[in-house]
Parts: sequence; structure tokens; C-alpha cells
Amino acid sequence: MQTKNTKTFYLIPYYVWIILFVIAPIGLIAYYSFFDLSGNFTLDNYFNFFTSVYLKLTLSSFWYAFLITFFTLVIAYPTAYLLTKTRHKQLWLLLIIIPSWINLLLKTYAFIGIFGLYGPVNAFLNVFGIGETQILFTDFSFVFVAVYIFIPFMILPIFNSLDKLNPSLVDASRDLGASSWTTFSKVILPLTINGVKAGIQAVFIPSLSLFMITRLIAGNKVITLGTAIEQQFLVTQNWGMGSTIAVFLIIFMVIIMIITGQRDKGATSIGKNK
Amino acid sequence: MSDNIIIRFENVSKSYDAETTVLNKINLELERGKFYTLLGPSGCGKTTILRLIAGFMQPTSGSIYFNGKLINNVPANERQVNTVFQDYALFPHLNVFENVAFGLRIKKLGKKVIEQKVIEALKFVNLVGYENREIAEMSGGQKQRVAIARAIVNDPEIILLDEPLSALDLKLRSEMQYELRELQQRLGKTFIFVTHDQEEALAMSDEIFVLNEGEIEQSGTPMDIYDEPINRYVADFIGESNIVSGIMVADFRVKIGGKEFECVDKGLNPNEKIDIVIRPEDLEITAVEKGKMKVKVDTQLFRGVHYELSTYDDEGNEWLVHSTKKADVGEFIGLDFDPEAIHVMRLNETEEEFDKRLESYGEDAYAN
Repeated sequence: MQTKNTKTFYLIPYYVWIILFVIAPIGLIAYYSFFDLSGNFTLDNYFNFFTSVYLKLTLSSFWYAFLITFFTLVIAYPTAYLLTKTRHKQLWLLLIIIPSWINLLLKTYAFIGIFGLYGPVNAFLNVFGIGETQILFTDFSFVFVAVYIFIPFMILPIFNSLDKLNPSLVDASRDLGASSWTTFSKVILPLTINGVKAGIQAVFIPSLSLFMITRLIAGNKVITLGTAIEQQFLVTQNWGMGSTIAVFLIIFMVIIMIITGQRDKGATSIGKNK
Repeated sequence: MSDNIIIRFENVSKSYDAETTVLNKINLELERGKFYTLLGPSGCGKTTILRLIAGFMQPTSGSIYFNGKLINNVPANERQVNTVFQDYALFPHLNVFENVAFGLRIKKLGKKVIEQKVIEALKFVNLVGYENREIAEMSGGQKQRVAIARAIVNDPEIILLDEPLSALDLKLRSEMQYELRELQQRLGKTFIFVTHDQEEALAMSDEIFVLNEGEIEQSGTPMDIYDEPINRYVADFIGESNIVSGIMVADFRVKIGGKEFECVDKGLNPNEKIDIVIRPEDLEITAVEKGKMKVKVDTQLFRGVHYELSTYDDEGNEWLVHSTKKADVGEFIGLDFDPEAIHVMRLNETEEEFDKRLESYGEDAYAN
């Protein structure tokens, strides 16, 4: 009895945390999503979400999140691979991780300076006779900065899975006649796919709700689900609609978690179906 | 006979940096269809030789020939060599069938052919019916067999085995020794087996290479190496042995401690300093007055098949005796042995000189 009581006692902070900061906010969001501007109960918010304006916004949000995840992955995988081959891999990894400890806003402000009309990038372009170019407030700068910020979160899980890969499996594949590319596609990638999935989760889901970067770097030209929620709450003061979008955002997140979820035998079925 | 040579090393050296030399000017020739063992302690370079043949490494200098063709720069995936890895290196994301089929799929063979070949290979290693098992569900011995099937299914000219039995328990290990030897004879392929276990090497090989610090100390049949070790190192590494210093008084006469004994060696310089090996099973317990040597029994262990006695002579040399007879600890006993039991090893003799000397003794020296 004694041990059971102490166990419950230690679990109290956890339960308090979960109730206050996970269950209660989600409950509140769900609750508010059923009220209109004047405080009457309604399902209109949900019907509104399926109008072209919000569907377009969702689609564009997914598109940007996809672009950000795609470029992050394309950069992170080879980087993580090279890191595992270097002599002081933990040090190199640390150098890549360190920027992620710095506040996101600070880094974003830095890019305003870098990309600005009088910033170093434009100065550099001037040298080649390319006149002042508007880099800030474009799709490019938005995706670029987002990729920059998310890269460590993609590299880390991929690095871990590559580092755990038994090098003699690569030898075995070569020994059995596989070229470098076949070895990568049939052995290395399937065995590190869980790292890739974890990376995608860590990048794609936050990308859906980015909003500070959209304002500071994209000048609100890119509207994501995150910016939409912010505007509903702070500009339009339509808490009901903001909550509804948030509910959908949560649903999307859950769906993505399920899709990229780690199934233990996930990799095995690849072999069977071929 | 030179077209029967499948692998030839010519002055092959391998070093990682200026200071560490893993292999030092190795010369060897391997014939088709034989079972070879590279034997030595860890760090002697045996696995390096294997990796050089497999193509996972390139030699720092020297040439490696495969069927008479230089293969120094041929990548691993283009060599007709397959490896059974120490940790098996089976692909955990593929089932047994797909593991074995891996090499065949890369060759883009037809579905029917692949299925037929995989089943045939699994039959060879007694694993029919396990096709759909996951690797994680297989025991150590079964994984071992899958690894062998995955290698032989590609019909390579050479199969390399990198300490494949070291992870298995004792009973399974001796079982697999028989199986591997039998498999090699059925397939008629060249097997190159790496091990640090001398018993394994003696039981399975046609020819053994004993390696030490990146050099080949001695090569020959298991019997040659066991009966006529070239030096202290080989004698000590292969089996239990009594190694003492002695003097070659004249042909057929050696002196150990203060006593002279008859032997079968000749052609050495008179009064040359030598090392002498007598195997523990060649020493026979007898009465003190009948023995050639008088020793005091220090300890006695019952080993099942025989008693192992540690005894000391008057000079303090230890003599290990394997005998089915019992002795009493603390008692003096006599030790008897044949002249053939004395193996004379010259100090710093090269393998070439050693072989020449043995040949000069003629056949009668091996009469026992």
C-alpha cells in the first residue's frame, strides 16, 4: 500500500500539468469553436471552414509546410550522413544543434537585416551588377528562413538512426553485388526511415502553424493556419472561428502523427511485398 | 598447376598510417576448391586479409590476383566473392527469403529462378520452411545458416568466413564445424575461414596459415603445423605444448637441461641453441627408474578424456602431461617418450629453410 500511495503522490505534478496545459486548453478550444461572434451556440464556424477561403488557406498552409519539410529533408539527410562519417561527429553535430538554442525571433530578426535592401546579400549582388532586389517578403525568403530554423530538428533524428546503422550491413550489401545507390535505397534508407519520419514530424507539424516568420519575413503575404488563428483571435476578435481553425489544426496534426507513426515492423513489410 | 590458383597475394602490405602496419609483405597462393584457415590472435591481420579479398579495403602496396587478374581496384560489388560476416550482418528489415534473395534480385534474375535458387540454398543449410520468418525470430545458429545460404546462393568462386562460429555456444559450434566442412566439400568451392580458435582450424582446414603481427609464421596442413611447428609462437598457439630451450649436440642428439636424448632431427650446426617442443600427449607416465626423465607432480586436473598433470623437472622446467593414467600429487614419476616426440625448432628460421630441412629428413621421419 505504501509504495502505491507514494507512486500516486509523485504522479500528481504530471496529472496537474496534463489537465491544466493539455486537456483544459483543448477543451476550451473545442468549446469556443461552437460559438459565433455574439456568443450564440452555432455550428456555422465548422461550415465556414469548408468554404473556399479557408480551404484555400489550409491548402496553402500544407503546400508551404510541404516545401519547408522537403527542402529540410533534402539538406538534412546528406548532412547527417556525412556527419556520421566524420572523425569528431559529436562535435560537428553540436555545432549544428547550437543555433537551435537561440531564440527563434532573434534569428528571424537577423534575417530581416541580412535580406533587407541594404543588407549584405543585396550588397553582394551589387558586386555582380545585379541591382537592389526585393528578397524580404517573398515566398523564397519565407521558405529559406523556415528551412534554416528547422534543419537541426531534421538532422538530429536522422543522424541518430544513421549512427545506429550497423556498418557491416553496408559491407554485406556491397558484398552481395549492390552498387552504392542500390545499397542506399535497399539497405540504408529502409533502415533509417524511422529517423526520417521523426524528422518529418518535427518539421511538418510546426510548419503548419508558423506565424511569426510569416509576418516578419513574408510580410503576411503567406497565410498559414497559424497566421489565420492569430488574426481571428487578435484582429477580427472572432474567437469562435479561431478556435475552429485550431480544432482542424489539431486534427491535421493527429493525422500526420498517425501517418508518420513508428510501426515496429514497418520496415519489414517492404521486404515482403517486393 | 598455376591455373588452379584462385587467389595470389604478392608482397601485399596494408597500413593505416605511417606507424601501424597491419600486414607486412604477405605472399600467399590459394588453390581452387580448398578449405583454408587464417589463424591467429586478434590484431594479427587475418581479418584484414579477408577484407582485402572481399574488396572492402585496398592494399597499401603489393598486388592481389584473382584467377590471374589483378584486382586491387575492383570494387567489392564486382568481385565473385561472398562473405559470411562475424555478426552475420543479416538485413533486419527483410525476412529470411529476401535476405537470401538479395544478391539474386540485384542480378535482376526472374522471379521463378530466384525462388528456385533461394529454396535450393535454404535446403543446403537445412532451413526449408523458414522463408517467411523475420530475422529477429531466428536463433544464433539459424542466423548463421541464413548468412551462409545468402553467400552460397550467388554461386561465388570464393566464400569468406569471418569468425562465423565465435558467437555460438560450444556444442553448436562443433556441430557447425562439421556442417561447414561438409558444405565446402559438397559445393567444391574455395572457403577462406578466419578464426582465433586453433581447434576449429585443425578440425576443418585443408591448409592453415598461422599469422602473427601481420606476417605469416607458418602455413601447411593441420598435421604439419601441429606436429612440426616452426617456432615457439606457432607451437604455443596451436595446442598445448611443452617448449624448452635446448642444444643440438650432434645429428639425432639433443640436450635438454643436463641430459641427452635421441631425436630424429639432423643437419643443424653442432651445439646450436634450439627450442624443443614436446606435446603433452606424447609424454607417457612410467616408473621413475624406467622413465627418460624424472619429474615431480605439482597439480593434477581431471579433464574428462584425460588427466592433465603439471609436473616439474630438477631444472624447474614445467612439463605438461596428458595421460589416461592417474598419478599422485607430490610424487616423483618417470616420463617416457619416443625420439619422434621431440620437435626441434631452430631460432629465427624462415619458413623456406624450415621446409627444406624437413624434406631432407625423408619419409621415415614421419613414420609414427
